[in-house]
Amino acid sequence: MSSYNLTHLKELESEAIFILREVAAQFEKPVMLFSGGKDSIIMFHLARKAFYPGKIPFPLMHVDTGHNFPETLKFRDRLMEETGENLIVKYVQDSIDRGTAVEEIGLNPSRNGLQTVTLLEGLEEGKYDCAMGGARRDEEKARAKERFFSHRDEFGQWDPKNQRPELWNLFNGRKRIGEHFRVFPISNWTEMDVWQYILHESIELPSLYFSHKREVVNRDGVLLGKCDYITLKDGEKWEEKTVRCRTIGDMTCTGVSESTAKTLEDIIEEVASTRITERGGRADDKRSEAAMEDRKKEGYF
Amino acid sequence: MIETKGYLDMELLRFTTAGSVDDGKSTLIGRLLYDSKAIFEDQMDILEETSKQRGEEGINLALLTDGLRSEREQGITIDVAYRYFATPKRKFIIADTPGHIQYTRNMVTGASTANLAILLVDARIGVIEQTKRHAFIASLLQIPHIAVCINKMDLVNYDKEAYEKIKSDFQRFSAKLEIKDVHFIPISALHGDNVVDRSSRMDWYEGSTLMHLLENIHIGSDHNHVDCRFPVQFVIRPQSKEYPDYRGYSGRVEGGVFKEGDEITVLPSGFTSKIKSIDTFDGPIKEAFSPMSICMTLEDDIDISRGDMLVRENNQPNAEQDIDVMICWMNERKMILRGKYTIRHTTQTARCIVKDVKYKMDINTLHRDEEDKEIGLNDIGRISIRTTKPLFFDSYRRNRNTGSIILIDEATNETVAAGMII
Repeated sequence: MSSYNLTHLKELESEAIFILREVAAQFEKPVMLFSGGKDSIIMFHLARKAFYPGKIPFPLMHVDTGHNFPETLKFRDRLMEETGENLIVKYVQDSIDRGTAVEEIGLNPSRNGLQTVTLLEGLEEGKYDCAMGGARRDEEKARAKERFFSHRDEFGQWDPKNQRPELWNLFNGRKRIGEHFRVFPISNWTEMDVWQYILHESIELPSLYFSHKREVVNRDGVLLGKCDYITLKDGEKWEEKTVRCRTIGDMTCTGVSESTAKTLEDIIEEVASTRITERGGRADDKRSEAAMEDRKKEGYF
Repeated sequence: MIETKGYLDMELLRFTTAGSVDDGKSTLIGRLLYDSKAIFEDQMDILEETSKQRGEEGINLALLTDGLRSEREQGITIDVAYRYFATPKRKFIIADTPGHIQYTRNMVTGASTANLAILLVDARIGVIEQTKRHAFIASLLQIPHIAVCINKMDLVNYDKEAYEKIKSDFQRFSAKLEIKDVHFIPISALHGDNVVDRSSRMDWYEGSTLMHLLENIHIGSDHNHVDCRFPVQFVIRPQSKEYPDYRGYSGRVEGGVFKEGDEITVLPSGFTSKIKSIDTFDGPIKEAFSPMSICMTLEDDIDISRGDMLVRENNQPNAEQDIDVMICWMNERKMILRGKYTIRHTTQTARCIVKDVKYKMDINTLHRDEEDKEIGLNDIGRISIRTTKPLFFDSYRRNRNTGSIILIDEATNETVAAGMII
């Protein structure tokens, strides 16, 4: 390889940093969504790189469903303390109390859909005109057609038939008052890229990603971790298994998978040999074949 | 770990695929993804189930590339979709563009960042208007490498003559275009001949398989490493206790190589200074080249802001307000002659007026029509614009990053045109 060639991870990093700086330059009040999952941890890391030696010129926002894995929150708070960056937390519970969101009923009421309500309320309240997220195009079919700069109307809706063409590295963030943008700096990364980058950059992750013992229930092929928000159906029972999370989200719908991967190297080997997509364990995507497309149209990430 | 070490040395190749469903494009992409293990079991399950529901025989690989429900219902693709796969040698990003009527807008979008274009030709039918359109767009967008895949060789009994005829037909046509590096590969996407594995049924073909080409084609010189161009994207001023007076100019190197200690000239002010440091989060570096995102500090305190460009004194870009551009129109609202648009170029934003339409291109015949001044959706033409302030540009042929522009409709804020500076 000639000396003036970037490796693909360096090229992806450079692309993401370019997008993050473009957001800081083009928008008046951007915000970065932070869930405590690996993709948002990478985004945070890239944002620190993009504005070094300055601070990140926008706040982070966590939409807290109240159904988080406790490990995620502990990790989040420690990360913010160590780096001194600015995090805002918005609670789904507040939206429920206000009556703008209504809790699902049933055996595992998920607050995943309610996040959209709280997110949109949070964006409106803070008058944020751009929200960055760690979504990737390889995650799901509807995401494969998402832009880096995704235009949303005043209701936060995504219109797949009316997206702006995106050419070269010229990004158009112009909008009317009240409209906003979702921006996805790591669109072109795959799950493997993310893990290799974490290893290469020695990025710390919540312990949930690594193999541990946990009580779980097998529901429709998805293993859900024991928590106060899941009620067992007849015939179901909690069993202790050796598991890890491939994605981290709401406890009620984030499946864990059986795994003995204890280190990043183990995880990379597992990802390389696995035959199931990482969202395959997400009960929220299983609700219908076009579940992601529908949620995105409503304003989900 | 050997596997990880290899992964860190991989290059990235972006390619675009052009052709219609009938050419077997979806089958080809499906095969590349499948053979490189980028299709997962749960995706296959969904495909199988959906295919069954729709009453189709076998698994329809096209469903894999048609992402949105609204598209699946109509059986068409409405947009550029991005796919990913990797082999031990390279990581690939496919910009998969549909072949129907919206082709120009979509293909131009996919082509704008591509290192390579795959053009599919049906071996039974040969070079048709669509092939010519795709080849023209690939040349207009200066995609560095073209792979012409002559597909469905199984349906012409793997006949060498059929392949040779299409090859020479294409060469005759492409001689009129600016295509630098073209490869011809006889394949059968359905049966896998010459896609990943070498075909035993075409001994007469001595070239490489498609996968071998994708993995080995030299992309190191696709970036311009000669003309130093650094558009300032964002000024970093921490104003912190640790860095009270730090003033860094961040951005992406869009051409050439910048080194610590180099003399630079700032445009438009014309002031000169020296590069004091090139900083990254991981520590200072000695040199930076395209497409690295970096942050530079200078020896002197000069007023520099977003949209300015750092260059070498003896190698400067054009700085002009009257510019000729080849444009592809991408919006249903037609271009307005004498109309005003916002123009984006590198990190600059200006306004411009469309002064003249020099000609409109018939992309089927390559005929230049100087009478027809009406430019609408999917039209390609050469126009003259005047900008409110000078842009610092190179011809698109010399540098894709400093030679490209977009036009934005000021009423709708939509991106309405992609332009290549002549």
